[in-house]
Amino acid sequence: MNKFVIAVYVDNRFGVLTRVTSMFTRRGFNIDALTVGETERSEYSRITICLSGDGYAREQLINQLRKLHNVKKVDVLEDDSIKRELMLIKVGYTKDTRSDIITAADVYRAKVIDYTPEEMCIEVTGDPSKIDAFIRLMIPFGIIEICRTGIVALERGNTTLLDK
Amino acid sequence: MKLTGAEIIIRTLIEQGTTDVFGYPGGQVINIYDALYKYQDEINHVLTAHEQGASHAADGYSRATGKVGVCIATSGPGATNLVTGIATAMLDSIPMVAITGNVPCSLIGKDSFQEIDITGVTLPITKHNYFINRIEDLADSIREAFQIAKSGRPGPVLVDVPKDIQVATYEYEPQPIVEKVPLPKAKEEQIEEAVKLVNEAKRPYIYIGGGAAGLGLGDEVVELANKIDACIGCSFMGLSAVPDGCDRFLGMQGMHGHYASSMAQNEADLIIGVGVRFSDRATGNVSKFAKKSKIIQLDPDFAEINKNVRVDIGIVADVEDSFKRIASACEAKSNPEWIARVEQLKSEEAGFEAEIEKKSGDALTPKRIFDVINECKLPATITVTDVGQHQMWAAQYSTFDRPRRFVSSGGLGTMGFGLGAAIGSFVATNDPTVLITGDGSFGMNLNELATAVKYNLPVVIVLVNNGVLGMVRQWQNLFFGGRFSNTVLDRQTDFVKLAEAFGAVGYRAATKEEFRSAFEQAVRCGRPVLIDTIIDKDEMVLPMLPPGGSIDDIITNVEK
Repeated sequence: MNKFVIAVYVDNRFGVLTRVTSMFTRRGFNIDALTVGETERSEYSRITICLSGDGYAREQLINQLRKLHNVKKVDVLEDDSIKRELMLIKVGYTKDTRSDIITAADVYRAKVIDYTPEEMCIEVTGDPSKIDAFIRLMIPFGIIEICRTGIVALERGNTTLLDK
Repeated sequence: MKLTGAEIIIRTLIEQGTTDVFGYPGGQVINIYDALYKYQDEINHVLTAHEQGASHAADGYSRATGKVGVCIATSGPGATNLVTGIATAMLDSIPMVAITGNVPCSLIGKDSFQEIDITGVTLPITKHNYFINRIEDLADSIREAFQIAKSGRPGPVLVDVPKDIQVATYEYEPQPIVEKVPLPKAKEEQIEEAVKLVNEAKRPYIYIGGGAAGLGLGDEVVELANKIDACIGCSFMGLSAVPDGCDRFLGMQGMHGHYASSMAQNEADLIIGVGVRFSDRATGNVSKFAKKSKIIQLDPDFAEINKNVRVDIGIVADVEDSFKRIASACEAKSNPEWIARVEQLKSEEAGFEAEIEKKSGDALTPKRIFDVINECKLPATITVTDVGQHQMWAAQYSTFDRPRRFVSSGGLGTMGFGLGAAIGSFVATNDPTVLITGDGSFGMNLNELATAVKYNLPVVIVLVNNGVLGMVRQWQNLFFGGRFSNTVLDRQTDFVKLAEAFGAVGYRAATKEEFRSAFEQAVRCGRPVLIDTIIDKDEMVLPMLPPGGSIDDIITNVEK
């Protein structure tokens, strides 16, 4: 099983995300993460999909995406693409653990963005593996709640996906 | 000129070449029906008994002609009643446009009376769909719907129009009929690679499906088979593409295919697939499917290449162009050993059939029913079927004198499809139409008899009546220890009286002679006729490849 990141340009229009996700359900694709947002072109949105699977699953996903009427461009991103994810994580602290948590956040270049008498909220940005590592690090302190955005990714260089 | 949305809908349908629509009025399409009233000299509306019948009629209309079938229904239950018909068209790649009304935009999302999110419901069963919330988009969306329905791999498109959009007015300018989006032509290297495989093949099998049938490639397929000394087989959807009388044509292959056709496909060293999707009913266990064979697949849909079986060469392009280029570039040759083997398979098949025939005594068997139909039917007859055993017998035994003469729900296997589709086929062509149905399937949508009588559509209904749900019973017989759970119908329906009550003609036949006499009268009487044709409840469809099995598991005979 490999992990793939697939980027899709779709019409920036009401209901298009539903068409994409409905197809995943119908065809039995299991998606690890999905993000969607506006792009450099106002008429398009960009969907970034993470998928674990073999070459067959990847090929089928791409083919079925390309068949959708509102999908303009589909591509599997190169392995060396820039991938980032943002996480908000609430961790409980005590007098004894507070400085350890803050030190860890510093090392991960994370920011404490909220602080109450019993918990703090930390914002972490980075490659998904860094996010995973930070979560593992926080488990002993007592994680209260996590929210991850899913990956956004761009290929390196001065071209856009639409040019390819 | 300024028109109401409802008028724009009808004018756009007319502009796009629609001459007939099937539908049923209701609260949220009254305006559309008012426009139909206004333009009744330019567009014919067929009122069915049920919206499902309208959707199957639009589908049958399309299958018999290749034109885009159109159906109309109101919001809520009207729209959901179309769903089975739309899904049927989707699974068999049939071009269709369905127009539904909906509650006014101001009431959308409020669970209003007869409100349903029909674009949401039909998302996975349409090629695309539209919810029109601006009248500016109305005409162009309908035009796009036609274009999507007929381009590439065809399919159904739904356009949902809220009531206030039907009432609003907007500028309308007629436009020409939208053309299909042209498919790319195959690259020369791909054609060369395919030609190389064709030239190397010693046991070629041309395998045609609904794609080839839709393009009317039958004559070209026969020509290529003659040139490279190949045999021809088809999937269920490829039936009637190759007209009768071609020795090389072995018939349908697959789960209930002809023995020779399935065996030859398994022994071939090259399968040239034209508009086929290698469905599970055609391949059986894919890991054992055609292991000795290279496969070339020609299809307009890239998602079909390597989806169900791995192919050696997949050419996603204009299928007709690719096929003709391969056919003209390959070398003529002869494969006497292969043809001798195919002939041997054909005689083995004839042997199995003769054995079954001998055991049947004087009974009215499915084979004998079709012998009579084939002999007595009029030229250009369209054979429509429902779903079940009778459908497979029709697929095995029916003869076809030209393309687009077989109308049947293949992919979805929709019981209740037949009568609506027969109505649509006749409305589209005025050609003789014979519906082969079973007592189970017919029971699902027999209300459309009222439609056939109302419009005096002389459909001949051959109801193959065994008193059971025969196909499921066959599985129960073979794989479930004869436990006939809920498949014995045991109904007291008198189908002759039922036909008469609807205003149609009814006959009953229990012997071959009775059937012949009834059928001969039926095809000439010019009215809808139902022939209640009695057969034994334990008749089986043979041969059979058990589900998930391979050609080695083929069942050719079963002791009763």
